Amino acid sequence: MDRNQSHRQVATMKQSLFDQGYLDHEQFNQLEELQDDANPNFVEEVVTLYYRDSARLVHSIEQALEKSPIDFNKLDSYMHQFRGSSSSIGAKKVKAECSLFREYCRAGNGEGCMRTFQQVKKEYTALRKKLETFFQLARQAGPVDRARRPK
Amino acid sequence: MYQNGSSSSYEINTETTPFRVLVVDDDRILRKMHKMMLTRLGIEVEVAVNGKEAVDLHLAGASFHLVLMDLQMPVMDGSQATKELRGMGVTSPIVGVTAACAEKAAFLASGLTDCVSKPLTISKIANYLPAPSPNNHANN
Repeated sequence: MDRNQSHRQVATMKQSLFDQGYLDHEQFNQLEELQDDANPNFVEEVVTLYYRDSARLVHSIEQALEKSPIDFNKLDSYMHQFRGSSSSIGAKKVKAECSLFREYCRAGNGEGCMRTFQQVKKEYTALRKKLETFFQLARQAGPVDRARRPK
Repeated sequence: MYQNGSSSSYEINTETTPFRVLVVDDDRILRKMHKMMLTRLGIEVEVAVNGKEAVDLHLAGASFHLVLMDLQMPVMDGSQATKELRGMGVTSPIVGVTAACAEKAAFLASGLTDCVSKPLTISKIANYLPAPSPNNHANN
């Protein structure tokens, strides 16, 4: 596959992530704008940080949900962090599920929290798989030649 | 940067000091993004992971042309940190950056100069940044 075709494939995959609602295009584009020749892997670095923080928060939330009685304030605090970092990278579906979880937290609804948390994890796993594929493609395609912009 | 003779206020000599911003946020992704956003403009950026760290930096003699303050943080939140900084005599613009719209009024009342919603963009804080010019330290 030639270089142009590879770049087109990366662009198509990115657009599909926006179209399917996995990523917020404005927020993700803002992240991409911070990437340049001096920081060529900035987006992937940020997303990798997101994976690490998310793993830690998922574990903390799981532990908190196992306790009896449930500490809803603690749960809300963890989910506030998860929602915040999801929002930073434009993880739209994950952010939406986090918001729903927080509503159940505030209502003191443990069952609702547990149910929604399964959705949070499902959306996070789905997004992570797609992003891993995306970055693999992007690495294979190499840096985009920005000297000429398409009309 | 210098601290004037009075122990009750911190002022920056804007003629000789490079433009410095303090980013206060417990989210390391946001700290990284906001730092990059500003560094690319030639601005010096320091970070603090919570309000207490921001206060401690100022107590240690640091001063900034602008503080970007998150609201919800562990140890010390943005509201408390802002009150303490104003109480110390910090007169730099402190701009709140928050997703929590419902708490914006209370956050502003703590002594903020302004409050913008997340996600932060340069255009939202352009009024507090130096205008690009050949003589501006931010472009050094």
